[in-house]
Parts: sequence; C-alpha cells; structure tokens
Amino acid sequence: MHDLIEYIQSYLSSNLTPGGAGNWFWATVYVLAVFVGLSVAVIAMNWLERKILAHMQVRLGPMRVGPHGLLQPIADALKLLLKEDIIPEGADKVVFWIAPFIVVLAAFTVFVVVPFGPTHAITDMNIGILFMLGVSSLSVLGIVTAGWASNSHYPLIGALRSSAQMVSYEVAMGLAVVSAILMTSLHGIGFYGAGDAAAGASGTLSMIGIVQAQQEQQMWFIFKFFPLGLVAFFIFAVAMVAETNRAPFDLPEAESELTAGFHTEYSGFRWSLFFLAEYSAMIAVSSIAVTLWLGGWLRPFPNALQGPTWDLVFSLFPGATFVFLGLMTFYNVARMPKHPLFKIQTIGLAGFGALLGAIGLVLLIPQVRVRVNDIFWFSAKVAGFMYLYIWYRGTFPRYRFDQLMKVGWKVLLPVGLGLLILTAGLGMRTEIWEAVVRR
Amino acid sequence: MTDPKTLSPLDLETPDKTFLDANELVINMGPQHPATHGVLRVILRLDGEKVMGLECVIGYLHRGVEKIAENRTYTMFNPYVDRMDYVAAVSNALGYCEAVEKLLSVEAPPRAQYIRVILTELNRIASHQLWLGTHALDIGAITPLFYTFRDREEILKIFEKYCGARLTTHAFRIGGLQYEAYDGFEQDVKAFVSFVKPKIDEYEELLTTNRIWLERTKNVGTISGKDAIALGVTGPVLRASGVKWDIRKALPYANYKNFDFEIPTGQNGDTYDRYIVRMVEMRQSLRIIEQAVEGIPEGPIMAKVPKVMKPPVGEIYHSIEAPKGELGYFIVSDGSTQPYRVRVRPPSFVNLQALDLMCRGQLVADVIAVIGTLDIVLGEVDR
Repeated sequence: MHDLIEYIQSYLSSNLTPGGAGNWFWATVYVLAVFVGLSVAVIAMNWLERKILAHMQVRLGPMRVGPHGLLQPIADALKLLLKEDIIPEGADKVVFWIAPFIVVLAAFTVFVVVPFGPTHAITDMNIGILFMLGVSSLSVLGIVTAGWASNSHYPLIGALRSSAQMVSYEVAMGLAVVSAILMTSLHGIGFYGAGDAAAGASGTLSMIGIVQAQQEQQMWFIFKFFPLGLVAFFIFAVAMVAETNRAPFDLPEAESELTAGFHTEYSGFRWSLFFLAEYSAMIAVSSIAVTLWLGGWLRPFPNALQGPTWDLVFSLFPGATFVFLGLMTFYNVARMPKHPLFKIQTIGLAGFGALLGAIGLVLLIPQVRVRVNDIFWFSAKVAGFMYLYIWYRGTFPRYRFDQLMKVGWKVLLPVGLGLLILTAGLGMRTEIWEAVVRR
Repeated sequence: MTDPKTLSPLDLETPDKTFLDANELVINMGPQHPATHGVLRVILRLDGEKVMGLECVIGYLHRGVEKIAENRTYTMFNPYVDRMDYVAAVSNALGYCEAVEKLLSVEAPPRAQYIRVILTELNRIASHQLWLGTHALDIGAITPLFYTFRDREEILKIFEKYCGARLTTHAFRIGGLQYEAYDGFEQDVKAFVSFVKPKIDEYEELLTTNRIWLERTKNVGTISGKDAIALGVTGPVLRASGVKWDIRKALPYANYKNFDFEIPTGQNGDTYDRYIVRMVEMRQSLRIIEQAVEGIPEGPIMAKVPKVMKPPVGEIYHSIEAPKGELGYFIVSDGSTQPYRVRVRPPSFVNLQALDLMCRGQLVADVIAVIGTLDIVLGEVDR
C-alpha cells in the first residue's frame, strides 16, 4: 500500500508526461480525464452548435428540454440509446458492426499525444504529429467499411466520396504540417523573428516539442516567416474542414443528395458513435492546428506582455471566463418569465449558473489556476476553431465533388508545395545569414 | 465515352444490354428523399457520378383533381384548385376564376381586379421565396431558408387577415371577390413592400456573389431557348434561356396592362440565370404591387353572376403566368351546372420533362440543383 502511494506521489515531482514518466496510475487517470472531457466537450458542442446556428438563422434553437434547451443533448443521447438497433438484412453484419468502432477508435486514439500543457498530455511521442495524422486517417477505413457493409447505393457513394476526399486533402494537409515542422528547426532573424540562434536548433516531431519550439523562438508559427506561416495555417484550416467532412465539404453526408451518406443505414447507438467520432475528429484536427500554428497552450502575447503583472492577469482568465458565463446565466435567470410554469426551468438555469460560477471560483484559487492555465488556453483556442466550424456551416453552400477535388489538387497542393520550398529556402537563407553574422 | 445527351430515353422495362457493364449504376432517388420536393421519384443511371440519363416517375400525389371537377359545380370546384400548387394557391384560383368568367362572359369589376393583382403578386413573391429557401438548402446553404420563411410569413399574415387562410386561401370567387379588403389592407401591403425590399438584398448578399454558389450554379442544368420551347417549358426557366415570354405581357389578363413592369431574361439558361431571373421577378412584383396599391379604385367587388351558374355550351382555354410558368385551364361546358371536362396545364408538370435533358452529363449533385431550380410542386405535377 505504502509502495503504491509512493508510486503515485513519485510522479508529482516529475516534469514529464505520465506516459513519458512511465507511471501507469497517472496515465490511466489522464486517459480517463481526456475521455470524459472529450465526451463532455462533444455534448457541449452539440448544444452550442444548435444554439449558435439557430441564432445565426433567426430562430431560438432548442428551448424546451431544460432551460434554454440545456438538457437537449442528454435527451437526444437517451433517445439514441433506446432506439431499435437495425441492421439491414442484406448488410455484411460483422463489418457493419465493426465499422463505427474503427471510426471512434481512430478519433479517440489521437488524443494520446495532444498536448494540453507541457506535462498535460497522456504521453509525448517523438513522432507525435506523425502519429496524429496517421491514426486520424484510419477513420477513413471505418467510413469505407460502413458504406460498403450497408449494401446500399447511397452509403456506397458516400463512402467512396469520403475516401477520395480524405485521401486527397491529406496530401495538402501533410505539406502544410511539414512546413510547420521545418519551422521548429529554423530560426528567423531580422524581420523574420527575434529568435535566439543559440536555442536548440534541432527540429522535432513531438507535439510538446513543437509548442516548446514556438516558446523558445518567442513566436507562434502562424506569424513566422510572414506570410508563409499564415498561408500554411490557411491551407491546413481548409484541409481540416474537408478532412472532417464538415460544411462546406460535407459531401459524404450531403443530406440533400445522399440522404445521409455513409451512415444512411445506421441508426440508434451505432449512428451516435459516428456522431461522436465526427465531433472528436473535429476537436482533434483543431488541436493539431492550435499546436502547430497557434502556440498550443501558450497564452497570447507571451513576448509583448511580459512580467509578473501580466502573468497574474492572464492566469485570472480561466476563472474569470467561467464566472462571466455564470453571471450571463444569472442575467438570463432574471429574464425568465415569472409564470409558475417556468419555476423548475428557472431553478434549473440558476443551478447551472451556480455551477458555472462555482467552477469559475475554484479556478481562481491560486494553486489551481497555475495548473489549469495551460489547459484553458489550449481549450479556448480549440473552441475558437469549433466556432469557425459552426460559422462555416451557417454560411456556405456545399461544394460539388469535382469542385472539391479541384480545390484540393489544383489549388491547395501546388500552394502547399511552393510554400514548403519557400519555407525551406527562407530557413536556409537565415541559417546562412546567421552563420555570416556570427563570424 | 458517349455523350449522354445523345442517348435515348431510359427504358426501364427492357434495360439496354450495352449499358449493363460494371460502370453503370442505376439508383433510385425518391419518392422518400429529402431533396425531391415531395414525392418525386427519379431513376438515375449513373456512370460514376455522371448522369447518363434519368426518368421521373410521378403520380404519388395524384388526387384526381380534374375528375373531381366533373362532379362539382363551377363554384364548388373553386377551392380544389388551391390544392394543386399549394405554395401559390392564389394564382391557381385566379386562373380558374378568370377561365370560368370568360366562359360566362362576365368580367370582374376594377376594384376586384386590383385586389386580385395585389394578392397574386404577393403570392408570386411568397412562391419565389419558398423556392429560394429550398433551392439553397438543396445546394447546401441552410441559412437562406430561414430568412425566406421569416419574410414569407409577412405575406401569409396578409392573406390570413384578408381571407382567414394562409396557404390554401380560396381568396377569389367567380366574378370577383368574396371579401372586401379589410381596413388597413393598403397600409399592410405598403408596409410589407418597404419591409421586404431590403430583405431581398439580404438574400442576394448571401448568395449572388458567393463563390461556392457561383460554382454550383453556373453552367449547371443548361437548357437552350430552342430546347425549352420544344419541350413546352415556361416561366422563369424559359425566360432564363433568353426567351422573353411572359403571359402577363404577351396575352395580358386581369388588368396587368395597366402596370409598368419589366420581364427579366437570362442568356445562358443555366441555374444561376434562373436564380437571377427569379430574384429580379420578385422586385418587379413589388413594383406591380406598389402601383396597384396606389390605384385601387372604389366600387363593387363582385360582378353580376347568377347564383346557379350554367355557362353556355362551349369550351375555353385560359392561361395565366403563375410563379412557375404558364398555368392554363381548359374547360368544356355542356350547358349544365357542372363542367363536362376540366383540364389543367400545370407549369411544373411540363417543366419537369426538361429535367432529363438538363441533367444529362452533369453530376448527381447537379440533379438536386436542377430539381430545385425547376421549382416544381408535386401537388401540381400529379394533381
């Protein structure tokens, strides 16, 4: 028993990830935390998407289940769980059964290397980004098998579209990623950065390493070699929408053409697995974008707004955000209709506000706020991407299949290649420049 | 690769053996499909995603409206026409009432004519708004639907205030109107005109210059003016192909000759042109409404029509420009209280036969866009 406690405590003093430290206990805790956090994020995302989309479309969105529809995702989850589990007669039952699990597995496994903070990752692989791209592209396998096993025309077309789309956008995505990885080892000087050339000049594929490289160079890669970083980020931002099959690239599940694409024949719990996978894949690719270009867990303006005062101000953000959300909720509690029928709803909303406020207050405790700061900034950046996803969906019509391919192969790919060459060339130039200056 | 435009129509009974290779896929779209606007069934023959030919199977909403007419008196049949094109019920009623009036040789009094024009043009805007919303939804833009429905609501409110019904209005009677315009009708209509003008700009802001919208609609579902005339296509679809044919101008009915408006035409006959033509039409309808509401004369709203209508023996064909095209009524009277035969020429039904031609060589996604741009209402196709 004593050994066990010692084993658990031994990790607390280390500055490695649980996986890196090889501590099984904490690794399990982190896995569970990530899993639960992700599930909560997907549920929240479900509600937020409906609400935000509704407000963009001059309607209210869910309002009936719980105050402001807060319990709607839970009601939906219950409905999906209780639904009859239908497997079409002509379907290949085993493959049909396995397909959603492949998709979910791929979508969740990538979070093993997502760095929520310098030590807040399940593990830190030295090929982290490669692992993420590799595993996340496994999900196409699940989609193709789902479409094939359904033994129906629409899912088949949806699955074929999906595989073509994901494979072709991965190329552009990969090029953008490579240019970011190049930046980890290249130091700009002069206009292209204030980096200290002495700081570790070797490149890295580790997710944590990439963020640390941005920290050392005191520059998010989106601003590096301006505008090259920005263009790479843009390519990735487009490719990641296509990769996750979201509007305006949601052809595989184009509702008006293919009814529901590859998951037309799926219902109930199996369908909800696809849903879960789609949203966690969105979060996963957004985390890649945040890690590679937006400085991961680093707070904004790390170099411009330095010093203990600014550190304090920024460390108050997480708590302040939740307290603000809580206050907003209480404002809406005050605006609730004063009819007795709304009593339960009002109490529920007040309770939710109190919960948000309590979380906010806990996050303001000095010992806590130091630890959650990284996680907060990372999540906030990812949340920004989630908002973008919803915004796209509310704004854009859908691309046609051939136009999608055209964008992928004729626009993003050449731009990505040129970008890679330019980044490498510029890096070379600065390296040579540095060598000259140093002499 | 054979050009799909040269292929013969699909023969479903005896499939052509030359097409039964592995590249061909025959898929069934509808009648339960989110984007076929009701219960249209389309059988598509695909080569990959390319449409080699298609056939429409209709009749899922057949209610025998024309047969019902033979067992109803002229007045009793009036509400039934509202159920054909249920998103433009007022236009249907206008066509029917005018046809019977022609048969009876009566004419609605001027005041009734003006109110008829106002309501019909309002209904044209409502129909186009519904078309825009669903068409954009089919192409993947979900937001315009809510904008158009929000604004269409204002039109339906005017209808509701006028006659109590929102959709199947039964607004007109043979010989004029049943109801006098309610107090404040003019103000409501004027308020609507000034309300909806910026809203139409708002729809255009969302779509007209949207890159994806342009790519999805330009050169999609192209039909030449010659083909359109050969197939009997009418309405905005014909006008987008460059043929300036609008029955309001060509064979003026009601009192359209009193109003100053333009007939928009397109050049390419593609989906984008049809979109632009309809957007301009909405503005032109507003122009007509503005002029009409200024000039509503005082006077009776019903002509002298016998209680029991017995039109003289004979036949009549009368057509109007419904939002979707030429809506014609062919009525044969045998001198009794009931028509001997009523035949409706619905614009959607005739326009739908251009679908095959417009879709050949396009992709599956374009079929959806083309069905949307034809603006069909299955209630009218099947009757």
